[in-house]
Amino acid sequence: MMKSMKTRKRVGAIVYHSFVILLGCVMLYPIVWLILSSFKPGDQIFLNAANLIPDTFVLENYRTGWAGFGGLTFATFFKNSLVVTILTVIGEVSTSTVVAYGFARVRFKWKGFWFACMIVTMLLPTQVLMIPQYIMFQKFGWLNSFLPLVVPAFAARPFFIFLIMQFIKGIPKSLDESAFIDGSSKIGTFFHIIVPLCIPSIITSAIFSFYWKWDDFMGPLLYLQTPKLYTVSLALKSFSDPSAGTNWGSLFAMLVASLIPSFVIFICFQKYIVEGIATTGMKN
Amino acid sequence: MKAAKKKKGRDFGVDNLSGYLLIGPWLVGFFLFTLYPLFSSLYYSFTSYDLLTSPKWVGVQNYINVFADARFYQSMKVTFIYALVHVPLKLLFALGIALLFNMKHRGIGIYRTLYYVPSIVGGSIAVSVMWVQLFASKGPFNNLLAKIGIDISRNWIGDPDTSLMMIIILAVWQFGSPMLIFLAGLKQIPVSYYEAAEIDGANVFQRFIKITVPSLSPVIFFNLLMQIIGAFMAFTQCYIVSNGTGGPSDTTLFYALYIYLQGLKYHKMGFGCALAWIMVIIIALITLLIFKTSDTWVFYESDD
Repeated sequence: MMKSMKTRKRVGAIVYHSFVILLGCVMLYPIVWLILSSFKPGDQIFLNAANLIPDTFVLENYRTGWAGFGGLTFATFFKNSLVVTILTVIGEVSTSTVVAYGFARVRFKWKGFWFACMIVTMLLPTQVLMIPQYIMFQKFGWLNSFLPLVVPAFAARPFFIFLIMQFIKGIPKSLDESAFIDGSSKIGTFFHIIVPLCIPSIITSAIFSFYWKWDDFMGPLLYLQTPKLYTVSLALKSFSDPSAGTNWGSLFAMLVASLIPSFVIFICFQKYIVEGIATTGMKN
Repeated sequence: MKAAKKKKGRDFGVDNLSGYLLIGPWLVGFFLFTLYPLFSSLYYSFTSYDLLTSPKWVGVQNYINVFADARFYQSMKVTFIYALVHVPLKLLFALGIALLFNMKHRGIGIYRTLYYVPSIVGGSIAVSVMWVQLFASKGPFNNLLAKIGIDISRNWIGDPDTSLMMIIILAVWQFGSPMLIFLAGLKQIPVSYYEAAEIDGANVFQRFIKITVPSLSPVIFFNLLMQIIGAFMAFTQCYIVSNGTGGPSDTTLFYALYIYLQGLKYHKMGFGCALAWIMVIIIALITLLIFKTSDTWVFYESDD
């Protein structure tokens, strides 16, 4: 009796693991194919395309790909992407933390109203604002610069405000009160009590901010016209233009290169990503 | 006790100056980058405006044109098909995998990480470009089919019959976030519920319908709302897949892409803004509908 239970359990485990691994392979196949194809000679990628392992393993694609196009190397595009992304992360995270503190800990007139406004903007797709914002930034003379991509980030982001606010609400109020009694100002309390205790939610926000900006395509497409200002995503679009007679090897190599920052962040900060997503979905 | 309360009332009482200074960054942005554009686009939607000459008032003409425009209906159709097919599929998939990962087996942490990888890279240009090649006539998908004897060199993305389906698959493939949310939700269901049901003789299926689904319903609700709104935001994938045209034969003409084409490609700002405002109204209606109907199928725990 005991023995049959044990075998049943073992069979169950084998079925379970085989199924999960098989499904996982199907799911990861496209990414693995992309990465391994970038090491195949360019003309061999679509010969027996389904094969994963390159017959000859070459690094050539990364050299030719990095050389870019129109006299600009991918170093320029990566630099542009990094500038835009890092400024955005700094802007969104710092202002969102301050605003979250205001909503979570200070009582002021019309607070409920403004908070409701903020929640509503969370549901408003930015695509709705695409044309009027474009017209506005054109009037500002901001077209063909990083300004339309970076400046709005310094006006906080409702999603992060909400995320950090939830976190601040979990900090016992007695902590700020005791700091207050000790003569600390609201600003002092913010920097000495709130910020250090909110670090996990700040990191989660920074990671999402990075991902969304790094992958952003619509913004650069709208506002950046000269290739010298292109971010990686826009450069990859030009690089893959079907009319330009694509060199598959170089293209695949640069596609992989563009994913490296995302992978690195995922590996380093996995815990924050998983917990961040789980909590945003649970607290509604 | 009373004194303590009073003290609290004074120290943490109404402080308009600090409050408004703190929320200031958001408030300025709200007026400048959201409200002003939103209402200026309402104004533009009643004008004819090409960016070069100043806007001319045309009344409701743009709205009349929109409702007489076959491509408007096409983009609406594409967006709704996308939302109605990919959202339930994605949530079902996410729930299935979450149930799978909620079992007690070794190595689940690693599996969970690996299954989340597509969601990490899925929004990027790189993956969209790769997706086109994956299903190209000489791509690996056809090559795999050929190896098992099915020889069709179909260009899945270039073919109007399958192009939208490929974008839907790309979206479903990124089920990682709802999966993690469901997984967190599942972990919060007390084991005692299941034990009690088991004693009462409920089978696995009954336990799932009577315990798991009601407990997860707030999470399902939240996801449903976010994912449907997300469908109206879909832009990058259809832009890359169709090379910015919405083709083949407008089968990937998503609503956001159509706004882009009208406004920024053809410079019909008024028409584009009318499209955008129709989208605002539709999203408001969907949100309202989901909220109104949610009482009937969302069970919040009473003590929360």
